[in-house]
Amino acid sequence: MIEAIISGANGLIAGFMNLHWSNPVMMAIGCLLLYLGIKKDFEPLLLVPIGFGCIIVNIPLAGLMEKEGFLRTIYDAGIITELFPLLIFVGIGAMTDFTPVLENPYTFLLGAAGQCGIFLTLLLALALGFKYNEAVTIGIIGACDGPTVIYVASQYAQNLLGPCSVAAYSYMSLVPVLQPPIMRILTTKKERETIMKTGKRTVSKTTKLLFPIVITIVGGLIAPKGLPLLATIMLGNFMKESGAVARLTKASENEITNIVTLLLGISIGATMDGKVFVQPTTIIILALGLIAICLDTVCGILFGKVLYLITGGKINPLIGAAGISAFPMSARVVQKEGQRYNKKNYLLMHAMGANAGGQVGSVMAAAVMLSVLKGMGVI
Amino acid sequence: MMDRWTFGITMLVVGMGGTLLTLILLSLIMSVLKKIFPYKPDEEKKD
Repeated sequence: MIEAIISGANGLIAGFMNLHWSNPVMMAIGCLLLYLGIKKDFEPLLLVPIGFGCIIVNIPLAGLMEKEGFLRTIYDAGIITELFPLLIFVGIGAMTDFTPVLENPYTFLLGAAGQCGIFLTLLLALALGFKYNEAVTIGIIGACDGPTVIYVASQYAQNLLGPCSVAAYSYMSLVPVLQPPIMRILTTKKERETIMKTGKRTVSKTTKLLFPIVITIVGGLIAPKGLPLLATIMLGNFMKESGAVARLTKASENEITNIVTLLLGISIGATMDGKVFVQPTTIIILALGLIAICLDTVCGILFGKVLYLITGGKINPLIGAAGISAFPMSARVVQKEGQRYNKKNYLLMHAMGANAGGQVGSVMAAAVMLSVLKGMGVI
Repeated sequence: MMDRWTFGITMLVVGMGGTLLTLILLSLIMSVLKKIFPYKPDEEKKD
């Protein structure tokens, strides 16, 4: 009888007894993510489910990520199958207005320059001894695009999914903190004060409709391995521009994106088990992710400076910083910085063009990278 | 199997070059499309 009572009582303390030192550390990190999301408003839609997922997966013996655990079921259904990031992309496409980039197609080039960090970071990761597939996944953090990182990591480096996703989303939310100092270092006061003319709307509805189709076909033919990424974002945009399927567009923008964001967030949090996550590798990945996003900004601004010189000072180099995929945060940062030095400066629409170019550029860079890897026989 | 250095430089050159060329191509196509289907102010009113 007493033995049975002791055994029963043991069951109540088993959770505490099996607590690894890394579990409370990760619970604290989960709480920090919740704090950043709720109090600091850093990507709360993602950080809240990620933070909560991180806390619960670090409670021992609950078996949430074991076979038939509820987090494992969600993870297998949406991350392993790559379904969640692709569904998110449909929503992003439906929410994104590509008119600014179509008004000034040269901003596509800023979107390309903003991807340099991906490839430079890949080199750094290789130099630090990461395997090819891991280095590619770490480099993709520089796309500054959460779903793309998750898509690539879930296919080629599932062991890095947690740190890479956390790095991508954390740094995306830190764009307003990271970019301004780099902008100030790399540009002169005169360059920052450059006023850019705002033209009238010049894009026809037909062009807007053809844009997603052209991108899908041309981009898909060049980089077939990345077609799922391209096709889903462009499907969302095509539905929005066609105006014929308003219900589907609204569902993509709201219900689908919201539900998938919740499931995606909690699944990422579920990968943050202390025993796996608390490693020197995680710190290195977080550092490399930071370097990647800073390098993107540097390359974007430097390309902006080239355009400034070529056009005889008609293009403000600051808009180059918006050539990353953090849409539309990065464009807002450029607008704010531009106005700080010249109150008459309205860079938002130009920066939105570069930012939309960065959105396409990041997906294109990932697609090209995967196709090059396929071509080299690495994947 | 190629060495890490070859792999990295190949990814940098072909990957970044491929991305840049693809986006240049897309920007050219979009510029052509804008010329073929120019914006008409009355189009806005019909919407």
